[in-house]
Order: sequence, then C-alpha cells, then structure tokens
Amino acid sequence: MGNILIFAEHSDGKVTKPTQIAITAAKQAAAVFGGECEAVVVGKGLDAAAADLAEYGLKVHVVDGDAFEHYLADATAAAVAHVAKSSGAEVVLATSTAVGKDLLPRVAALLDAGMATDVTDFEEGGAMQRPIFAGNVIATVEIAGSPKIVSVRATAFDPAAKGGSGSTEAVSFTPEGTKTKFVSFSETKSDRPVLTDASIVVSGGRALKSGENFKTVLEPLVDALGAAMGASRAAVDAGYVPNDLQVGQTGKVVAPNLYVAVGISGAIQHLAGMKDSKVIVAINKDEEAPIFQVADYGLVADLFKAVPEMTEEVKKVRAG
Amino acid sequence: MKILVTVKRVPDYNAIIKVKGDGSGIVTENLKYVVNPFDEIAVEEALRIKATVSGAEVVLVSVGSKSAAEQLRTGLAMGADRAVLVTSDDELDSLGVAKVLHKVATDEGAGRVLMGKLAIEDDANQTGQMLAALLDWPQATFASKVESLESDEEKKGVPGIAISGESAQVVREVDGGLETIETALPAVITVDLRLNVPRYASLPGIMKARKKELKELAAGDLGIDLAPKVKVTKLSPPPERQAGRKVESVEELVKALHDEAKAI
Ligand SMILES: Cc1cc2nc3c(=O)[nH]c(=O)nc-3n(C[C@H](O)[C@H](O)[C@H](O)COP(=O)(O)OP(=O)(O)OC[C@H]3O[C@@H](n4cnc5c(N)ncnc54)[C@H](O)[C@@H]3O)c2cc1C
Ligand SMILES: Nc1ncnc2c1ncn2[C@@H]1O[C@H](COP(=O)(O)O)[C@@H](O)[C@H]1O
Repeated sequence: MGNILIFAEHSDGKVTKPTQIAITAAKQAAAVFGGECEAVVVGKGLDAAAADLAEYGLKVHVVDGDAFEHYLADATAAAVAHVAKSSGAEVVLATSTAVGKDLLPRVAALLDAGMATDVTDFEEGGAMQRPIFAGNVIATVEIAGSPKIVSVRATAFDPAAKGGSGSTEAVSFTPEGTKTKFVSFSETKSDRPVLTDASIVVSGGRALKSGENFKTVLEPLVDALGAAMGASRAAVDAGYVPNDLQVGQTGKVVAPNLYVAVGISGAIQHLAGMKDSKVIVAINKDEEAPIFQVADYGLVADLFKAVPEMTEEVKKVRAG
Repeated sequence: MKILVTVKRVPDYNAIIKVKGDGSGIVTENLKYVVNPFDEIAVEEALRIKATVSGAEVVLVSVGSKSAAEQLRTGLAMGADRAVLVTSDDELDSLGVAKVLHKVATDEGAGRVLMGKLAIEDDANQTGQMLAALLDWPQATFASKVESLESDEEKKGVPGIAISGESAQVVREVDGGLETIETALPAVITVDLRLNVPRYASLPGIMKARKKELKELAAGDLGIDLAPKVKVTKLSPPPERQAGRKVESVEELVKALHDEAKAI
C-alpha cells in the first residue's frame, strides 16, 4: 500500500495555509486509501520550511536546489513526479491554488495517472466528490490505477494544526534543461485581510462604475467591517480593481462568515465562488437580481446611498 | 508556423444545468451548446498572433461527438484556417483527450498550442498541462494581460502574449497578482479570461468557413489506449441554499446582522 504524498507550498520559511488545508485533506484521504501522510517540498534554501512542515508530524521529502528558486511548472513537476515514484505514493495531493492547478495535471501526465480537480470530500471505498458546471452539479468520481492525483478545494477542509513527530529527508534531484524562466511578479499589495482567509468579505460589481468609486464608496465599508475586498469579473475586466480580487468560478472561491455583495447581479459564475458563505447579504437596486436567491438578507436600494449609510451604522454597532 | 488551438463543445455558460433524476447525467433537452468561452479567447489570441507572423496557420482541433463540428465552424468563421475533429463515442477523461491532442499536435507538426485554461462543464483545468507534459514542452498557464479589457491597447487588438524569436513572454494570473514568465517555444499556453475580447464571426466569415477544410478522424483509429482512469459514477444537485428575506432599510440590515446572524 502506498502513501499519501502532499505537495507543500511555503513562504518565508513557513508552511502556507493552503498546505495546512492539504494536510487535513490528506488525512481524510489516508483514512480511505490507507497509508501514511508524507510531504514533498520543492524550492531553494528550504531548511526552515522543511522543519516547519515536519512539525505537522510528516515525513518530508526535501528537493532543494538552484533550479527551484522560483516555482516553475516543468522543473517542479519533474521533481514531484520523481518523489512520487521513489516514495511509492498512492495519492499525490495539493490544494487548488494557482500553483496546485498549474502543477498537478503535469505531474499526473508524467506519471500516466488520473486526476480529480477540486475535491471536496472523500467517501469510503475511494470515491471522491467534486463540483462541476460552476458548482451547479456535484460529481462523484473514482480514479482507477495508481497513483491518483487529487487537488482539493480550500474551502472544504480546515487547516491542520501542528502535532506528531516528523522527519526530513533530502532528495537529490536536478531537472533536465528547464525551458521556462521567471521574469517578474507584480504583487497586489493590500493591508487588508487576504480574500481567502477573511471572515468577512465585501465584494463590488460593475455597478460601482469606477475604480475611484471602489475607493471612496466601497472601501470605507470594507474597513469598517475589517473585511477583505472582492469583486465580480465585470468589475475586474473593466480595470476597477486588480484581478486578484475576483470571486467566482474562475477567480477565488471563498466561504467567509459574512459575504456582502454590492451591485453584483449574481451570475452563476459569481455564485460559484461565494455561495458556501455562512451569511450572505446582497445590496442591489433590481429586486429581481438573481443574487437575492442566495442572500440571507437582501436590501433593494441604490448602493451609492445604502453603502455610506451602512458604513455609518456598522461603525455605530462596532463602537457599541 | 502552425498554431494549434483546441476547441471544446460545451453547454452555454448561461444555461441552468439540471441533473437527471437517476444521477446518470445532466438534462440535455433544449440545451444550447457553444464554444467553451476560454477556447474562444484562445482562438482570438491565435488570430492576433497570426496577424503578426507571416506564413502562420491557425488549425483548430476538437475531440468529442460529431456535433462538435458546429463549434469548429464557429472558430473557422472567426478566421481560423482549418480544423480537425477527432470523434469518440466513448467518454474520455482529460488524460485521454491530452493523448489524442498529443497525437494530432505531433502529426500536424504544430509549433505552439493555445488552449483554454478550463472547460466550463467539467471545470477540470487539466488538459493543457497534461498535453505539455506528454509533448515534453514547457507550459505557460492562465495567460492574461496587464492592461484592462477596456484599454486602448486591447481595442487595437494587440496580442497579450508577446512572442519574439523562439520564446514568448506570458503574463499569468496567479494568487496575489500577476506573474510574468518567459517560455521557450514550442510551448503549450492556456488562456485566462482577461487576455482579450474575442471577435464575433462576421457574415462573410461565416460564408467562408463553410468552404474551409474540416478533417474528421476517429479516436479509435489512432492506436492509443484511451481507457479512462477517471470515471464519473454519479451526478447530484448541490445542497440548496434557502433564500432569506428582504430588509427594508440599512438600519434593519445592520441590526439583523448584529443581533440575529451575529455576523458583525
Ligand atoms: C467562462 C466565464 C467565467 C466567468 N467567471 C466569473 C467569475 O469567476 N466571477 C464573476 O464574478 N463573474 C464571472 N463571469 C462573468 C459573469 O457571467 C457575469 O458577467 C459577472 O459576474 C457580472 O458581474 P456584475 O454582477 O458585477 O455585473 P452585472 O451583471 O452588470 O450586474 C450589475 C448589477 O448591479 C446592479 N446595480 C446597478 N446599479 C446599481 C446601483 N446604483 N445600486 C445597486 N445596484 C446596482 C444591477 O441591478 C445589476 O444586478 C464569468 C463568465 C464566463 C463566461
Ligand atoms: N474534448 C476536447 N476537445 C478539445 N479541446 C479540449 C477537450 N477537452 C479539453 N479541451 C481543452 O482543454 C482545456 C481545458 O479543459 P479541462 O482540462 O477539461 O478543464 C479546454 O479549454 C479546451 O481547450
């Protein structure tokens, strides 16, 4: 019986939250498929990250080298496939981050393995559940053969806590001639909580009409609530806010405690990214807008009037 | 130089998808089918690149039922040169499709492959990366551009993927911002939504498309093992979310969020 191999992402010498989520999912996978949970970490100068990862009680395969200074799919996939083979993995698993999505299918093809994307649940017997059609259908899938490649949806599993005794083991692996090169990263900087981590998200749509209005109308509410800011695709396409804020089928999937949709119609592609939120509020001037069908509280109003009012009310309640 | 572009036939993105009572599939009666929206963007990008490279050819490929010819004709009407339809009566998984595409790309001698990042029905986001691995080519996924889709740059129809000589610079949508990588060519590039606004097929384009070559092959004749490793055993509707209530004022809303939902 093989093990469950977690592909771990790291930043500043620490395991990232998506990796903690993958650890939880891997434990569920192990309960179904058997085996132990192990991890592979790939990068340059990994001592701290590998040690941090081992504190989750995992055996950690460490692939450290110059070729891995920046994440690049071809080099990293070759390394992960190598470790999957040498460690006899039954399942290779990661969270569906931008890196996970880019990497795992390449690993799958290198290993001639089947893959399931965005798994939300493991069933006894090895079947897995995953949303398709922008979340309008839940598919039950089975992967034949070994290994099985699985990406998991971040909102479906809680982050794991440290515990247990782990170990690290260096793997010597040099990829053959990498054909891609990292050029630059333009980071969306913000002092607000990260969209996928926040317990409150306030998103704006096309109705905001400009980037300026996002700043002057929406941001005060976002900040009064201590929330993260999100947006619909229409708002992002129009250049009002950066791409990183897009919520939906093709953007971020979030499931905060409170989601406030402002001037968003509620297209299925948007709902796909937020309908698992605990409490949903919609502010829209069209009472027929589909967003109201998923909203716990709907307010039919002009946002340019309602949002500044709400900001003031929230401040009052918070001051309490 | 040949640019191969993949085109998948999928249900219209606006359609309300319902699961059949026995969970064996989705209800397809009256369902309208379209070109996967991401693939339309890939076709558009290929046409823009073609306009900057003399002697370039844009070849479309689809794997699926005979009906996918309709979506290939749409791509031809946009301006692609010719199309290949690989028919398969059996359901293929992403790896199976990638193996078929590998064969077609090799036989065609394609120099670049442009694909959508995701098919909006299976939401798999796999095929491009798998094809790149099978071809032993580099990949640049989630190609986007820095300018907004309402910028002057976009209105001029400038390609978002910058090709110079034997390499391409690709801006990628990743968590936390935009990353730029350089990839050697040939490569597989998968596109995201913000790369371009695809053109509509013009009436003359549609007329011309009828005469363009659309070659049909059978997947079963390619001599590849396509038995799927991933099997869908059941479909079910997602848990329903109960619609809540309308509130009359901002004051009532904030009070409800505080006292009732305890969300703020
Ligand atoms: C393949 C594909 C993938 C997609 N992925 C995503 C995705 O990931 N995320 C996403 O969001 N979308 C996605 N979309 C786009 C989606 O289909 C919708 O087009 C988009 O979500 C609409 O954005 P919107 O609600 O901001 O704009 P609109 O649909 O234009 O809605 C604006 C709303 O604001 C209301 N309004 C206008 N003025 C006011 C006012 N003054 N006060 C209050 N309300 C007002 C209107 O009544 C309307 O309901 C995708 C589409 C495709 C084809
Ligand atoms: N049957 C198919 N025929 C043609 N292209 C496909 C097919 N399946 C997937 N693709 C391509 O692969 C991309 C990603 O699809 P997927 O991996 O299914 O999400 C799509 O945007 C298509 O360009």
